[in-house]
Amino acid sequence: MAEKHRFRDPELAKKIVQKIQKVTPKDEPVKFCHVCGTHEWTITHYGLRSLLPRNVEVIAGPGCPVCIVPAAEIDEAVQLAQKGVVITCFGDVLRVPGSNVSLLEAKAAGADVRVVYGVSDAVEMATREQDKEFAFSAVGFETTAPSTAVEALGKPPENFSFLVSHRLIPPAMELLLGVGDLNISGFIAPGHVSAIIGMKPYELFPRVYRMPTVVAGFEPIDVLMGIYMLLKQRAEGTARLENEYSRVVKWEGNPRALEVMERAFAVTGGNWRGIGRLPDSALKLRDELSAFDAREKYGVHVEQGKDILLGCECHLVIIGKIKPDECPMFMKACTPAKPVGACMVSSEGTCRVWAKNTAAQKI
Amino acid sequence: MCLAIPARVMRLDGGKAQVDFGEGVLRDVNVTLVDAKVGDYVLVHAGYAIQTVDEEDALETLALWKEILAAEKEQGS
Ligand code: SF4
Repeated sequence: MAEKHRFRDPELAKKIVQKIQKVTPKDEPVKFCHVCGTHEWTITHYGLRSLLPRNVEVIAGPGCPVCIVPAAEIDEAVQLAQKGVVITCFGDVLRVPGSNVSLLEAKAAGADVRVVYGVSDAVEMATREQDKEFAFSAVGFETTAPSTAVEALGKPPENFSFLVSHRLIPPAMELLLGVGDLNISGFIAPGHVSAIIGMKPYELFPRVYRMPTVVAGFEPIDVLMGIYMLLKQRAEGTARLENEYSRVVKWEGNPRALEVMERAFAVTGGNWRGIGRLPDSALKLRDELSAFDAREKYGVHVEQGKDILLGCECHLVIIGKIKPDECPMFMKACTPAKPVGACMVSSEGTCRVWAKNTAAQKI
Repeated sequence: MCLAIPARVMRLDGGKAQVDFGEGVLRDVNVTLVDAKVGDYVLVHAGYAIQTVDEEDALETLALWKEILAAEKEQGS
């Protein structure tokens, strides 16, 4: 499928940009917020911000599931690793700072920490190596949670457990609306989270908050079209929920994935790095599955960790209050090779995306 | 992290499928969360197909964008 090339058509992009210019109000500042590291990548990589009228700003909200894992949950993984449990995790999680050390540092000190492509690889490892205990650091938003759910329900081996750090996106979007001086004029909702949850969870944004909301895909045409749809709603004085990414996102999402999530997880309050505690924003294995809950199994519970190091502005970057280059450490004390904050660690962290794409190709 | 990549289903084997990410990159992924047939495109994330990609819809979407942009031009909006 040449899909990606079709959705990168420069001629079409140019036409959309012309339309964007026409519908943009002349002097009013307009600020749209996305909540997805992949959207930030597309916007930065293709230089889409430079194509927009001066008064249209697109900011990045808490869209990096690795960046928002609190230090306390990294500390739990580190503690387990130090106890001799093999920790399996996504590559991005390895260098996320804990209160004292990251998993990578624990590994350097002798702990068995292994990077996997997905949870099923971790389960396979545990099945093969019955003489060891394994735990999987289950990080990710709704895009990732169904895979954890399938494995948890699929009778994993007894030497396997999950350190669940899954978080839910809609509560974080709602939080942003409460941040007084952010003044968001519309949401670009994340396409791959929406592939699972569908459109319904976003209904409250136009209805309750009068916030135009468009679910968009990840190619340059998708993002530009999403921005155009938001501007158009604004020009019409309406707030609707629209789907730009209908080739993937259905109204009902993926019912099978939602059903396994519902069976495996209960929704609970959770801490987000840089944000604090958000009610009904985290997932926890249901009681029936507690034998596979690493926190229960090994009795590790870290209540509070050191989330933000002195001088790091991640807490402001994560909610879109400042841009990475407004942090005094950006590309000075904090670089992809020597990251200080979580936002510079993950390939989807806003600081990391900006660091990698400063001289990127433009569409 | 939420990156999901379209791939084409080459072979189905129960809940597993071999998919092609293009340029010869093949992988086995879990397809229990989707209804996919051989030849379909699925979105793959962390070893799981999380949704099917509607090829017809993709074409229609592009055609629709072009149409909307053209029609609005005529209206001079
Ligand atoms: S540049 Fe580094 S120190 Fe500054 S906010 Fe980003 S991650 Fe934190």
